Amino acid sequence: MKLPIYLDYQATTPVDPRVLETMLPYFHDQFGNAASRSHSFGWKAEEAVENAREQVAALIGGSSKEIIFTSGSTEAINLAIKGVAEMYASKGKHVITSLAEHKAVLDTCKHLEKLGYEVTYLKPDRTARISSEQVRDALRPDTILVTVMWANNEVGTLNPIREIGTLCRERGVIFFTDATQAVAKVPVDVEADHVDLLCLSAHKIYGPKGIGALYVRRKNPRVRLAAQMDGGGHERGMRSGTLNVPGIVGLGKACEIGRLELDAESRRCRELRDHLESRIRKELGHVELNGHAEYRLPGNLNLSFHFVEGESLIMGISDIAVSSGSACTSASLEPSHVLRSMDVGEDLAHSSIRFGIGRFTTREEVDYAADAVIKAVRRLREMSPLFELAQEGVDLKTVQWQGNH
Amino acid sequence: MAYSNKVLDHYNNPRNVGALDKARHDVGTGVVGAPECGDVMKLQIQVDGDRIVDAKFKTFGCGSAIASSSLATEWLKGKTLAEADRIRNTEIVQELSLPPVKIHCSVLAEDAIKAAIADYRKKNEAEEPEAKSA
Repeated sequence: MKLPIYLDYQATTPVDPRVLETMLPYFHDQFGNAASRSHSFGWKAEEAVENAREQVAALIGGSSKEIIFTSGSTEAINLAIKGVAEMYASKGKHVITSLAEHKAVLDTCKHLEKLGYEVTYLKPDRTARISSEQVRDALRPDTILVTVMWANNEVGTLNPIREIGTLCRERGVIFFTDATQAVAKVPVDVEADHVDLLCLSAHKIYGPKGIGALYVRRKNPRVRLAAQMDGGGHERGMRSGTLNVPGIVGLGKACEIGRLELDAESRRCRELRDHLESRIRKELGHVELNGHAEYRLPGNLNLSFHFVEGESLIMGISDIAVSSGSACTSASLEPSHVLRSMDVGEDLAHSSIRFGIGRFTTREEVDYAADAVIKAVRRLREMSPLFELAQEGVDLKTVQWQGNH
Repeated sequence: MAYSNKVLDHYNNPRNVGALDKARHDVGTGVVGAPECGDVMKLQIQVDGDRIVDAKFKTFGCGSAIASSSLATEWLKGKTLAEADRIRNTEIVQELSLPPVKIHCSVLAEDAIKAAIADYRKKNEAEEPEAKSA
């Protein structure tokens, strides 16, 4: 077993060797510009791009004509939200989203607010879930867009996308979902799920960084977007810029593998995830699951360890790569906005650790991680004044704390 | 974020973790911070005459908070109360090479020292004349 162990698959993933192999010829031998129409270099590049487009479309149940390549999910999110807002401004200026969305969505919505749009930020429940009833109650005659993520990046919670999609379709409102964490992990079908716009990113599914895609529905209804990048009119005019051919080829291959291996891989990840959780719970008390016990990503485990601060725990398991919702691990010193939106309590937000399990995680690694976490939590609890108080039977919620740091 | 070797050393081998009997008259206890803020420090001193003979801490917080309180207990032992009162957070920052985002950890440690001394003094105010005559 090689150290350190990577358990942060929701942050990014290594490129699958099969993906890398597929990409390599497109850097030197077949380096053509996919927009070159006058020679075979261009034709070959275009053929590779169109093949990748098919592969991406197949993963999500769309048609290849509905796939726009972007630099990743952040760009796709910007294009989807700003593109719809600008195109449909005459119809209305109201957008619905959720407080648990990724910053790329939230900050784009903030941008729209500055431009005079109104945004409703739905508050998720304690598990980070948004219900279709909440969306229905927030819909207004001037609502032009609903944007709700498929799977949450921090706690892995899956939203009822089909219900929200069905509702939006009935009401004639465009529905965009950030499926960055969901594709190739859970079944996604833009037809059955009534999704109009969907974004995904290669580096979360064992493809390269710097490439992603936006699905834009072409019929029933046809969604139109105002381009946010002007130039040569690539990607049906929606996203100008020379295509990143090796990246696109890599994204396509990653989607193909993701589609073919989805069932087996999610079963394997779920087993490892459950194994990790049960090992930790067997040895440690006062552990909370953040997120939904049932509706969550197979490879995600977000736990809060009472009486232990997240960053100090990460320090204690230094040969395991995980992330924390603790303020101390972020530049802003703000605890995770997702955990806050779920009302898990600031103290538990500070104590949260996200374990991300993926394609290359082994059982041996999970066991090693479980041992390390159990040992570190025990040690830190021994030096935690909160644990001491709890042992004495003091309810921490009744304590008057001093200081405001 | 990379930690300084001194922070790592205190985190991995914290000095003086533990608790003193807070009911004792020669023990001063300071608890500062709040769980919602991500750090709580409990620092205790045991005083003989005017001199700190023992110090213990327990900290809920990041590695830098643990290191700051561990270092504080190390420095407190053997100091008079007046000397302990003069420990400044900037000295902790310097000793541990804390980055700017971690300065609040050192502030908390200074606050904990002051709170422990204040608690000791409050407990012993009434008995000070008696202590003098003894």
